[in-house]
Amino acid sequence: MLRYTIKRLIFMIPLLLGITVICFFVMRLAPGSPTDLQTQMNPKSSVEMKERLKTLYELDKPIHEQYWSWLKKISRGNLGISFSTDHRPVVAKIMERLPITILINLISLIIIIAVAVPIGVLSAVHQNSLFDKITAVLVFIGFAVPTFWLALLLMIFFGIHLGWLPISGLRSLNYEYLGTGAQFIDLAKHLILPVFISAFGGLAGLSRYMRANMLEVIRQDYIMTARAKGVSERNVIYKHALRNALLPAITILGLSIPGLIGGSVIFETIFAIPGMGQLFYMAVMARDYPTVMGILLIGAILTLLGNLIADVSYALADPRIRIS
Amino acid sequence: MGFWEMFYKNKLMLVGSGIVLLLFIVSFLAPWLALYDPGQIDLKNVLASPSWEHLSGTDQLGRDVLSRMIWGARISLKVGFVATGLAIVIGIIMGSLAGYYGGWIDAVIMRFVDIMFCFPTFFLILAVIAFLEPSIWNIMIVIGLTGWMGVTRLVRADFISLKERDFVQAAKAMGASDLRIIILHILPNAFASILVAATLGIAGAILTESALSFLGIGVQPPTPSWGNILTAGKDNIDIAWWLSLYPGLAILITVVGYNLLGEGIRDALDPRLKK
Repeated sequence: MLRYTIKRLIFMIPLLLGITVICFFVMRLAPGSPTDLQTQMNPKSSVEMKERLKTLYELDKPIHEQYWSWLKKISRGNLGISFSTDHRPVVAKIMERLPITILINLISLIIIIAVAVPIGVLSAVHQNSLFDKITAVLVFIGFAVPTFWLALLLMIFFGIHLGWLPISGLRSLNYEYLGTGAQFIDLAKHLILPVFISAFGGLAGLSRYMRANMLEVIRQDYIMTARAKGVSERNVIYKHALRNALLPAITILGLSIPGLIGGSVIFETIFAIPGMGQLFYMAVMARDYPTVMGILLIGAILTLLGNLIADVSYALADPRIRIS
Repeated sequence: MGFWEMFYKNKLMLVGSGIVLLLFIVSFLAPWLALYDPGQIDLKNVLASPSWEHLSGTDQLGRDVLSRMIWGARISLKVGFVATGLAIVIGIIMGSLAGYYGGWIDAVIMRFVDIMFCFPTFFLILAVIAFLEPSIWNIMIVIGLTGWMGVTRLVRADFISLKERDFVQAAKAMGASDLRIIILHILPNAFASILVAATLGIAGAILTESALSFLGIGVQPPTPSWGNILTAGKDNIDIAWWLSLYPGLAILITVVGYNLLGEGIRDALDPRLKK
């Protein structure tokens, strides 16, 4: 098992390098050179100052040397200083916002699993039943719904029409004056809509996948063997079949991570949640390039880590993977 | 059973192609179908709720929402086709090179695909847009440049299985060039899966464009797009529900249409792929 994990970790290194190369080239897209950007905003800039900035950013060196020194900098955890008025290090800005984004994504993942797995299994076991047909239609629509639009409709209905749920931020104005229990309820109420929207996209995908998987497993020889030796139908489905159908779903969950992280831009912006997605959106709008690049890099690394966790847990659950 | 017979037997596909056809008609006839000029500002009629005069109400500048949605159909059609076309062309080139030649070419291309898949697509698109001006052409190119990886994997898999087949070996024995074999012999056989990927890709590109325009970094006002009408919907969320409801419904129906068509083509052209 340890061998397998180490192998996966080594496999990650070229991917990680590739990610930094792509980030570096996206950065080169900036109109003019990065020094122009800083000096244009400052009318007192002189030719001499431009030259100094150029040496600071090592723009006078060949491109591979620029990449190398940038790589050395980011490997020490230095993502540069934000262009925004607070001039804080990008790493600090990201780190204070990352926990809320990860929290929401983790809750979404749990909800996706808890809802999509039973739906997929039930519609496979009762193939062509009314339940199967209704969920098939719902899944199909689920693939086509723009989540930001669904967010707007839910805000109108639950937030404005019924007035049940808050539609922006994480805390009410009187949060400070509430007791611990009330604070928790307040936070939970603020999270219901964002978490639902964040989970929505993954629900359709995973339940469709679980259904297809389960249908395939039910037709396997070992299921027939289990039936033949007199195992009850309940045990055949929920012990023998389900376990085998669940395994590949781990990979699908791993693959859904970039979508979840990318989606955080949309729901955090709509619901005004102070997470990494909202920071990214604000940085894009303000052309705060160091922050944009930092979050792009962190987003890709999070995806890579998510895939690693998925691979390793798949191998933990299925001995066939780690032996081959 | 022929293609057209399958076409008529598959009711869902019929619905899907009906929706897509309707969208084409609306896009081409937009100047005649829209009752109002989509840019015509009417400050006496701001945020009017739906009525016989304005079936989908008016926006914050008094412009007719239905007319703006009709013109918006053009935008989504354009973005869907151009972005997906770009992604398909890149995907075909990369996938056929990787699948046909194998070896180090395959290794390099597929590692590049793996790396691209590590980026949350929406992050990558936003990051590139931050460096460029948000315009309809830029977002079409960016959506295309970030959406070719799936097609590459698909085409590569088809090429790997097809290149060992007898007809390819025969063409090789007759001295056909690699380019000729790739384009004339193998590619037509991979047509079914590419067409399905393209149809589903259009749906995805339309969804991405609407999300970008909604966030204000896609199609820029005053050009009407379904996404940027929804931005006005969010700004007036407590008064004008019609600004939020109708454009989103248009996106939903469009995406359902392309998805139905794509899955229908899959069933019709290649019954082996049927689930």
